[in-house]
Amino acid sequence: MSITKWQRPDFWGLSPVRRMASFRDEVDNLLNLAFARLGGPPTDPERGSQFLEGWFPAVDVYEDKDNLLVRAELPGMKKEDIEISLHEGFLTLSGERKGQETQEGAETYRSERWLGRFNRTISLPCSVVPDKIKATYTDGILAVSLPKAEEAKPKQIPISVK
Amino acid sequence: MNAVEQKEESPASAQPVDTERDFITPEVNIVETKEGYVLEAEMPGVTKDGLDISLEDNVLTLVGRRTPGPVGTSLYRESQTADFRRVFELDPSIEGEKINARIEQGILTLTLPKAEKVKPRKITVG
Repeated sequence: MSITKWQRPDFWGLSPVRRMASFRDEVDNLLNLAFARLGGPPTDPERGSQFLEGWFPAVDVYEDKDNLLVRAELPGMKKEDIEISLHEGFLTLSGERKGQETQEGAETYRSERWLGRFNRTISLPCSVVPDKIKATYTDGILAVSLPKAEEAKPKQIPISVK
Repeated sequence: MNAVEQKEESPASAQPVDTERDFITPEVNIVETKEGYVLEAEMPGVTKDGLDISLEDNVLTLVGRRTPGPVGTSLYRESQTADFRRVFELDPSIEGEKINARIEQGILTLTLPKAEKVKPRKITVG
């Protein structure tokens, strides 16, 4: 097991307004952890829970007639560092974002970007065809397309009027 | 000396268009090297065409517009739709004409080179 460097945003480097907002977010996150983490997906619309869990990338779920689409904001990753797995109706996105080697004599002014591992698990709202899942990674967005299983698709039964 | 510092935003100086829409402040890393500064900003979902970088009187404004999300019904949403925007005040030692920008997998990287020689100021005693 390797030890991952964990970075927090430079709190005092932020403007007073941002500091206040940052503080508010952390208080919100604590409350969310206490009350919202009892089960099911997190209900916090903002990127909650960074406070204790490290990197918590935003995830969206969309659907159309034939597919579910899970979209995650993962800027600055390498394709090979992203892992996707499906287990009993739960889709797990995980991976690691590595920092760049800092040059000798380089001085850091701001370090707000999160590095390290992330892990998000989403309960899929319907059954999907595991063999036909496709994923793309462009512009820092991971898009996983999951075709719905036949039984999960809406069915249209034509009824003729007599 | 903090050569690349964030400029406090005041609504009065913002453009009329900007006051009507919300922006998200992208997370940035700023590193100083011998040659200059490197600024990285997280802008997931922004392509080259959605970038708007301007430099005016040492004030650097970064705007990243997102490409529209997928069509379909949203079942669960954590991401935000607002565009990215952040403003920095640059140290005069940075050569504005030589600023270079690229965006790769949602990370905007700006290289801000320092002037070869920071010109000495002449002070005349009256």
